[in-house]
Amino acid sequence: MFDETAFRDPRLCRGLLDRLRRALDGEGRSMRFMEVCGTHTVAIFQSGLSSMLPENVAHISGPGCPVCVTHDAEIALMLNLAGRENLILATFGDLLRVPGPEGTSLKHAKAAGASVEIVYSPLEALTLAEKNPAAVVVFPGIGFETTAPTVAATVLTARQKKLDNFCVLCLHKLVPPALRALLDDDTSAQIDAFLLPGHVSTVIGLEPYAFLARDYHMPAVVGGFEPADILLALSLMAEQLRDHAPAVCNAYPRAVNDAGNPRARALTDMVFRPCDALWRGLGAIPESGLALAPEYADMDAAKRFNLALEQHPEPKGCRCGDVLKGRASPPQCPLFGKKCTPAAPVGPCMVSTEGSCAAWHNYMET
Amino acid sequence: MKNSLLLDAGGGGRASQRLIAERFFRHFANPLLERMDDAALLADLRPPLAMSTDAYTVTPLFFPGGSIGTLAVHGTVNDVAMLGARPRYLSCAFVLEEGLDMELLDRVAADMGKAAREAGVLLVTGDTKVVPRGACDKMFITTTGLGSVFAEPTPSGHNARPGDAVLLSGSVGDHGLTILGARENLSFLSDVASDSAPLNRMTAAVIERAGDVHVLRDPTRGGLASTLNEIAEQSGVSIILDEERIPVHEAVKSGCSFLGLDPLYLANEGKCVCILPEERAEAALAAMRNFPCGAEAARIGRVTAAEKRPRVALNTRIGGSRFLSMPEGAPLPRIC
Repeated sequence: MFDETAFRDPRLCRGLLDRLRRALDGEGRSMRFMEVCGTHTVAIFQSGLSSMLPENVAHISGPGCPVCVTHDAEIALMLNLAGRENLILATFGDLLRVPGPEGTSLKHAKAAGASVEIVYSPLEALTLAEKNPAAVVVFPGIGFETTAPTVAATVLTARQKKLDNFCVLCLHKLVPPALRALLDDDTSAQIDAFLLPGHVSTVIGLEPYAFLARDYHMPAVVGGFEPADILLALSLMAEQLRDHAPAVCNAYPRAVNDAGNPRARALTDMVFRPCDALWRGLGAIPESGLALAPEYADMDAAKRFNLALEQHPEPKGCRCGDVLKGRASPPQCPLFGKKCTPAAPVGPCMVSTEGSCAAWHNYMET
Repeated sequence: MKNSLLLDAGGGGRASQRLIAERFFRHFANPLLERMDDAALLADLRPPLAMSTDAYTVTPLFFPGGSIGTLAVHGTVNDVAMLGARPRYLSCAFVLEEGLDMELLDRVAADMGKAAREAGVLLVTGDTKVVPRGACDKMFITTTGLGSVFAEPTPSGHNARPGDAVLLSGSVGDHGLTILGARENLSFLSDVASDSAPLNRMTAAVIERAGDVHVLRDPTRGGLASTLNEIAEQSGVSIILDEERIPVHEAVKSGCSFLGLDPLYLANEGKCVCILPEERAEAALAAMRNFPCGAEAARIGRVTAAEKRPRVALNTRIGGSRFLSMPEGAPLPRIC
């Protein structure tokens, strides 16, 4: 085991800050990097790093918080299911507060009598199904490549146990296609480099990001979550920019294997197939989601209950989409801190503690 | 078949009397309670008085380091103590669910009796209601505490002044994380335990030895960050903390980092914040450290004049700074 506290050492951090400054030293040099992952957003604020970064370094928060990118229309599906007779919606806790199209959330549905149970792992949802044979348990499968393997394992276990009252509302999303969509979108912010997500990369490894350096000449570095991890990743990006040598590299080798985790990927590949997906703010992105493979279609909640995504108008004034594209910082949204607060969130970026609006609201002077 | 509570026991007849005599008197024994009048006669309280009430509901009822019974005594005793008072008497009201395992009730009452003796308070009056199965989750307990205020001036959240030192009696986050771990069976949290403890003897010692205590508050729900924000707002000041001085146990740190939680926002049930003039800080710390519940007491920051508006700021371990804001709801663990 590594001693994580070593990566919070003030001297080490100061040294890395100097290294970052030196790499950016020179006429007009600056770096706008996007941290893809919500855990990075929080780490940057929580450690105080955002107050220490050199003036010519700007960070923008990307679409890497699974709650934040869950679309209104997807929440509408969950609300549609919640409250049905003999149906238990077993969900991760942070989905409860996400408002759907009419501003109502699962929290409201639960208060109105719907069976909504908070679980900490999809396997718990399976246990619920076993304990309640007369009900159907639906687990909303949200999250990125990190959560998909556990959901896959759960689906396989359900099959093995021949449980026919468990199903998954499959809303999983994939990170690399979203990054490509961001870069191809003319309305996205200008990004010089990516801080790649540590957790997702433990599963997928480096290869799926190769296009960033190859096709877009973009430095992209996998980073850990302690301040020194993040500063090391930023220094590497700045050095690649200085040397005009963009590359995809791994600055978090104590957790991330360059090849990822093939066993976890095998589980995902066995149970899921890539599909088009709807992202909050980014819209429909081809091949950016996961659907259950045909042999598991009986466990697909959308098929079982004949559900389809419906378009709903975005909440008025909400700029979560622009925030997720890095085009607006949270305080530039007219609702931020006024109509939209962590107590009464309008958009998903305010709901999750790892959303960029919530992070701004909690850690910055506003 | 296990001995289960029947609705009869809340009906006011013999079954009620038996419940009270067998389950409560045994553990709470004191002459004031045993008179069984409609109210307890308290002849020896000198004004000014401090009074506080709190309702307790927790799942599970028992957890590492305590139970709903210890909380129901410690929580109310501590609230009374935070006003610079010596808590003396408690009332308690039980709402019990039909079918409750009597052995559980007995263990909770035993915990309450023991906690009261340790804190030096008497449970002098009470009430019991039994509600149909499903109308409450096993048991709810409400306690009210009463005590005489002896501190002069009386500590209050409104009294923090620029230049004051901010002290904390020990580590934060233990209770909140323990409850989460016990509720969700998170086996990797096996090293954490609730800090549930009575603080009244320690706060009395601090007031006697250091004097002029401006603020005493126990950072329960919402954690240290919420309590300090409330104090900053009430007093119209800002508070600056040094992250590396705030005691957080290693097991709590790693558990929080795994779940995406911040220990500064988790509940505590045996800690207090003490704000007083800088020159009295050392005496107050020494007084705290004489007690097991204050062994890890530390000076964690200072009070300054509010600039734009009252804020709580944190100098981080690596030399940065950020604000500590008021949380909205209960902290929720993250997805990935």
